[in-house]
Amino acid sequence: MSGPQRTTQGGNAIDRSRPQAFSFDGEPLQGYAGDTLASALLANGVRLVGRSFKYHRPRGIVSAGSEEPNAVLDLRHGERHDPNARATLEWLADGMQLRSIHANGTPQRDRLGYLDRLARFIPAAFYYKTFMWPRWMWYEHAIRNLAGLGRLDPTARAPVVPRSHLQTDLCVVGAGPAGIAAAQAAARRGARVLLIDARTAIGGSLLYRAAQIEGLAAPQWLAEVTRTLPALGVDVRLRTMALGLYDHNRLLLLQRCDPTAADRVGEHLLEVRAGRIVLATGAVERPLLFAGNDRPGVMLADAALEYLGRYGVRCGSRAVIATGNDSAYALAHALREAGADCTVVDSRATSAEADCARGAGIDVRLDTRVVGSTGALHVTGARLDSGVTLEADLLAVAGGWTPLIHLYCHARGKPRWNDHIGALVPDREVDGLHVVGAANGALGLAQAWQQGSLAGGGSGEAPQLTGSVGDFWGGAPDLTHAGSAGRVWVDLQNDVTSKDVELAVRENFAAVEHLKRYTTLGMATDQGKTSNVNGLALLAAGTGRDIGAVGVTTFRPPFVPVSMAAVAGRELGELQSPVRRLPAEDEHRKERAYFCDYGNLLRPAWYGPDEAVIAAECRAARESAVVLDASPLGKIDVIGPQAAALLDFIFYTRMSTLAPGRLRYGLALAESGAIWDDGVVLRLAPEHFVVSCSSSHVAAMTAHLDEWREDHFDLRQVFVHDTTAHWATMAVSGPQARNVLAALELGFDLDDAQLPHMSATQGRFMGGPARIARVSFTGERSYEISVPAGLAGALWRRIREAGALPLGVEALGVLRAEKGFIFVGQDTDSETMPQDIGMDGPRLKRSDAYVGDRSLFMPAASKAGRRQLVGIAATTVYPLPVGAHAVTTRDSRMRSIGFITSSYSSVALQRPIALALIEDGMRRMGDELEFEHMGSRLRGTVVPACQLDPTGARLNA
Amino acid sequence: MRVTRAWLTRGIAVQLFPCPWCGPRPEAEFHYGGDAGRQRPGRAVSDAQWAQYLHFRINRRGAAAELWLHSAGCGRWLELRRDTVTHAVIDSRPMTP
Repeated sequence: MSGPQRTTQGGNAIDRSRPQAFSFDGEPLQGYAGDTLASALLANGVRLVGRSFKYHRPRGIVSAGSEEPNAVLDLRHGERHDPNARATLEWLADGMQLRSIHANGTPQRDRLGYLDRLARFIPAAFYYKTFMWPRWMWYEHAIRNLAGLGRLDPTARAPVVPRSHLQTDLCVVGAGPAGIAAAQAAARRGARVLLIDARTAIGGSLLYRAAQIEGLAAPQWLAEVTRTLPALGVDVRLRTMALGLYDHNRLLLLQRCDPTAADRVGEHLLEVRAGRIVLATGAVERPLLFAGNDRPGVMLADAALEYLGRYGVRCGSRAVIATGNDSAYALAHALREAGADCTVVDSRATSAEADCARGAGIDVRLDTRVVGSTGALHVTGARLDSGVTLEADLLAVAGGWTPLIHLYCHARGKPRWNDHIGALVPDREVDGLHVVGAANGALGLAQAWQQGSLAGGGSGEAPQLTGSVGDFWGGAPDLTHAGSAGRVWVDLQNDVTSKDVELAVRENFAAVEHLKRYTTLGMATDQGKTSNVNGLALLAAGTGRDIGAVGVTTFRPPFVPVSMAAVAGRELGELQSPVRRLPAEDEHRKERAYFCDYGNLLRPAWYGPDEAVIAAECRAARESAVVLDASPLGKIDVIGPQAAALLDFIFYTRMSTLAPGRLRYGLALAESGAIWDDGVVLRLAPEHFVVSCSSSHVAAMTAHLDEWREDHFDLRQVFVHDTTAHWATMAVSGPQARNVLAALELGFDLDDAQLPHMSATQGRFMGGPARIARVSFTGERSYEISVPAGLAGALWRRIREAGALPLGVEALGVLRAEKGFIFVGQDTDSETMPQDIGMDGPRLKRSDAYVGDRSLFMPAASKAGRRQLVGIAATTVYPLPVGAHAVTTRDSRMRSIGFITSSYSSVALQRPIALALIEDGMRRMGDELEFEHMGSRLRGTVVPACQLDPTGARLNA
Repeated sequence: MRVTRAWLTRGIAVQLFPCPWCGPRPEAEFHYGGDAGRQRPGRAVSDAQWAQYLHFRINRRGAAAELWLHSAGCGRWLELRRDTVTHAVIDSRPMTP
């Protein structure tokens, strides 16, 4: 017996004129263009491709498609590295280096092979029961090293996977006979049709199973259709798999390139929105349940037939074909024709196909089953229930068919059990979705064609067809020898045996979802495509239920594993989260600004080599004059006769009483009464306000204004328009600010009587408008100058020439904390109400409606123990850590009464300062509090939040 | 790297919402604004009634009316009627007729 080998001719997928050299575990081998990794390995006689996940059992290639549980390999090709390449889905190319991934040593001599002999001590759920004490983390590292698949190479570069979007009237998934019939019918009616298939050619099972269609043999007919489909306008995409089906007929497809092509481009993700979708995804064969059914050389009969027909690979020279239905007989005829010996073991008592095979001289044993396999690293024989052991290097199994209904289930379709074919099939209709052919349980060619044609809008009339009848292809899982001595494997990828299922049932994990999680059956990267139905049958038998009553676990996307790189596409780094930039960024860079990301805005944190310069910036602000680029501050225009009314409703502080030309600080609340944002509102004219909200809140504030505008106001009477990006704003601040402004010559009266604190005026800058507002976030005399964004750099330069020093965002944070000015969301949380920061006035005075009004009068709003904003004068050398909790201790039990929200070294006060939210903080003024931070104890005294210049004298200094 | 909701949903659950101004657009362009048709009570209501308005949502199973903001499109609010079980869209209209 020679094992698998390449035949001298045949194989419609490969090009024997283009040999491709590759290696497997270091051994140089050769395949052909068109080979999958799996077919190339088989062609070279490789039976053992790796070790199993849990017990390190020797495993070989089982299937030829997406259902493959074993053949997962480490693939390197040029720059590409895929640690979990699926050998049945990847195509071979020259120079590929393959490695088996789950053996300690080589697959032949795995140093962890001893684990298999311990198998009966480590059944399902062994980990859950054993490694609980004292804690799982102690064992996790060692166990993760024993289990697992490929290892990611951290130095490997993930390729960028492009993504495109397609719209089509009809998308047909699967180009077997049913899919072709649907695409043809729809295209003939004028529909735009997209037809996709995972293989390198259309045809599905017709590529390796004999049939006569319209008087032509399958290969000739397919050649004809391959020519005519594009002519009908059908967009055919090969090497393409559907990953998932989502709401409103959206499909995600992954197209892979031919790696032997000169211009190979890797993967390509397609998003398709289709008017209707036809699922013609076919069916996969199920393994049979007998002892040792995981041995290399045990293979699905349909896969063995595909390897022979598509790749010219004969998977054995002495084959035993174990079946319970007619579909496997084609393999017997094909193997015999390819020169192999062949015995069919059929569990049924009679079959017309059996008679036909015997007529052709094939040994058929009816009413006989395989009960076990023999061999060590690969199959050497099949033990039959008649007591005979047949010599074999290929044990092909045909345990019935499982329709691939995953995509139907993604669309919330519910399957039902079909007794006739012994499988789950689609039940209720899903809008816009048709499941046809084998995927719908129609295993025969004529029926598949009819369903496809009808789904495509055709007549449903089949052309003249013979072959692949399918009437006797069905069959429920055969459990006759599922409980036999030795281990019977249900899920090969996760090493789940029939005894594990029995154990789960015995321990009352008898619901299908529990079984899955307890035993891990169906959980691996193959998602149980070969194991689910056998598992359900065992569960049904174990619990005395009908298989239809057991239910089914939920299929979720993706249908096959997909790399994160493919999902992310080009949305990486800046393209994923584009950072917004200041219009004067170039000027800041010239000043050696260190940039940080503030709420997706790139802003200068400080100007200089390191953060030590923050102190100098703070000092300059208090002693001379500084300039801050405040361009991101919100500038939302609210215009119209009802503008004042809208702002009264949005803000806690009334804005309708504001005189034109004046500004007012205000809080905006959420309906819960919590402080949601703060900002300064400028009334430019009686019906024109500008809302200057937090930089990071502009989009949310605009939406908020617009929502209440649409809900409460006349849309023709008030408009909301965000102009933030149109204006650049530079804030000049400090005792010398006025001198700087005078030097700018903006053409307005600088007299404090004309422009007092909290007022605004208009000027001109370089021929454009300039808006000047006296508003201060530092506590110093300040002027905010807004000019059209294009003039940002020029204004910055002029201000610097006039003597103001640059101020970064970090120094601003210190200056405002000295004054007790809050950052909403940092110094407040979702429970902080205005009265908690000492702004009780409007709550007590206003009777008109505003957002959050009623919440301020709920019992919780006035109860004792609310956390209130206070300052903390620390008695430490260094600032208190932000997040440190103030604690009280009673009966040796510690309790938090609040926490530090902002904390800095104050240059002006020459000591650390902090802001904190403390329970009843206003009543604790002067108290010394104890702070707990990660085991250490610190102290600080409660003081008013404003620790510098409480009278505000510096504003007009 | 910041992961936003729009980024997460772009690859996953993208329904097609009909914006009354822009036509059918993917879900990721919209921002959810809660149940439609809720009446904001005046100040005179009881604590319990205000709490009901503040905290209780209809969360209807089946046909539901919701407010959505077409934030990455026209920036307008709309009322969308949608089946929360099947995700079928029934219709949409401007929030303010």
